[in-house]
Amino acid sequence: MNVFGIRTERRTVWLTASLLALAAGLGLLGLCYGATWSGPGEVLAALTGTERSVVISEWRLPRVLAGVVFGAALGVAGAVFQNLTRNPMGSPDVIGLDAGAYTGALFAITVLSGTSGQLATGSVVGGLLVSAVIYLLSFDRGFSGLRLVVIGIAVNAMVTAINSWIVLRAELEVAIAAVGWSAGSLNGVGWADLRIPFSVIAVLLALMACRAHAVQQAALGDAIAVTTGVGLGRLRLLMVLVGVGCTATVTAVAGPIAFIALAAPQIGRRLAGAAGVPLLPAALTGAVLLQGADLLAQMLLAPAALPVGVVSTAIGGCYLIWLLTKEVGRA
Amino acid sequence: MTAAGHAPGAERTGRGAPQAGLLVGGLVLLAVVAVLSIGVGARAVAPTEVVRALLDFQGTDDHVIVRDVRAPRALLAVAVGAALAVAGALIQTLARNPLAEPGILGVTAGAGFAITVGSALGLAVGQAGELAFAVLGSVAAALLVAAVGRRSPLRLVLTGVALTAVLSGVGLGLRLVLPDVFDAYRFWSVGSLAAREQAPLALPLTAIGLALLGALLLSRALNALALGETVAHTLGAGVARVRAVTLVLITVLTGAATAIAGPILFVGLIVPHLARRPAGGSVPWLILYTMVLGPVLLLLADIGSRVLLPTGEVPVAIVTAFLGGPMLIWAVRRYGAGSL
Repeated sequence: MNVFGIRTERRTVWLTASLLALAAGLGLLGLCYGATWSGPGEVLAALTGTERSVVISEWRLPRVLAGVVFGAALGVAGAVFQNLTRNPMGSPDVIGLDAGAYTGALFAITVLSGTSGQLATGSVVGGLLVSAVIYLLSFDRGFSGLRLVVIGIAVNAMVTAINSWIVLRAELEVAIAAVGWSAGSLNGVGWADLRIPFSVIAVLLALMACRAHAVQQAALGDAIAVTTGVGLGRLRLLMVLVGVGCTATVTAVAGPIAFIALAAPQIGRRLAGAAGVPLLPAALTGAVLLQGADLLAQMLLAPAALPVGVVSTAIGGCYLIWLLTKEVGRA
Repeated sequence: MTAAGHAPGAERTGRGAPQAGLLVGGLVLLAVVAVLSIGVGARAVAPTEVVRALLDFQGTDDHVIVRDVRAPRALLAVAVGAALAVAGALIQTLARNPLAEPGILGVTAGAGFAITVGSALGLAVGQAGELAFAVLGSVAAALLVAAVGRRSPLRLVLTGVALTAVLSGVGLGLRLVLPDVFDAYRFWSVGSLAAREQAPLALPLTAIGLALLGALLLSRALNALALGETVAHTLGAGVARVRAVTLVLITVLTGAATAIAGPILFVGLIVPHLARRPAGGSVPWLILYTMVLGPVLLLLADIGSRVLLPTGEVPVAIVTAFLGGPMLIWAVRRYGAGSL
């Protein structure tokens, strides 16, 4: 795992190991938990194939994997954009990429017939369009992170307004379906929905992992990055593509799950005690956060399931505030 | 509120004449937009008829509509717009942060959430109860965010966004758990002026009026504070007292505006950005300009909320965002994001 960070301090190793263990534990719990409880033994038997269980391998496993992988993707997307803008507020959900992807999906639902292919294309196109608009508007005699964030907040507000307007204009059944999806939800996710998103996310994460060293160099400042041989223009383009790709892919399947992209990198960097916004802790924290939130969302109102976005927002927000409080105490 | 009992130093800045001219221009714009806003709706009323209804009431259908429905609603839009915009200007000056805004810092969310919980428990009854809960909620949110986020502008914004997210998440969750009790939250989750003019609103309007007056009285002391703590001390401003009074004003303005119309974000962010350049670094002028431009923005948004849907109304908060977004982008591109 050395590719993700230059500094392999003991703390980073411990953090990585414990976050991995936590994610695995939560995943196992997610496989056990459901309308009927299955023991860990049953789950292991079903996973290794010695015993067939439709419930575990066809219903629960895709959902758990989606929670972990989507969480990691959102965490990386957030870390990439926060690195790019050098600002914690520069994460995709704040600057409107989620909202843009959701607009594309809404267009696919209300105007087209709303097949899963149209949903995916719609949200990727929506996310790309919004990021292109933000980038073009904020690029003015040089690149400024803060300017990008403020313009992103403005674009986010406008796109969210458009979304509300579309929902208000739509027919009742369509509107209810769209609103139920608007908080982000992993309810009813199956293997068929996941093959393409998983491969896309895998490619994007692998690309980012190859360039993680350059990202760290770039985070040290433009001058240092150029001196150490990093092509900033191409790196930025790649980072934008990865960030938008991850966000839009997740939104296409699970709806706009807000706040993980903002909170996970910030929580991860505070846990790692790192100076910048490192990618690996962000990815692992995102995975733990989304999987944990999805479990809680299923448990809180059982048998009905809350949208996971509601829970992830509440938990992630409280934890982030607590971390910030500790920071003030130290300062 | 006696911290700085001077009138806003309009004449002493030396550039008073052009700035006063701009202010008069803003007031004329406000009057035009207000007349327009009273005229537009399900039944259009001609501008001349609007003026006649206000000055010389005859009792025709148009006059009754203007007097009983449209004019009170326009008045509400003016009060809420001014309150939110001035709260934004105060909070940006106090935090020295161009991103600060009651909505972004979670103060609005605190007020809305407190009203929801209060009415669910049966405590926030009537205007006084709603106002009390709104102010209580915004005070709690402001204190929390200020305590966690002090000394670092980015941490302040981060805390505010996190708090807003938590409150909206918990609010949505509670609504799903207790659908009957939290039905009221639907109103408080999206700001709207529709049908609010029918409720008795004397108390929140008075609170807004007093707080706006207080902001004007305080603005010279804030001018000193904007130069930095040391300079403010040297100029003889009681830094801690000015800060405390400003915080009270911000929470009263935000709480009262939220109690009237629900959470309307963005007005407090955009209007100070638009007003800052013409104000030229003077806090008194900034507050005067925001006091005029805030109502203009909200009145325009309110007109939009009535014409954008063929049937019914769009909540005004949605239109505010749509109008305000381009304005903010223009201001940032024209003047830069960090111009304080």
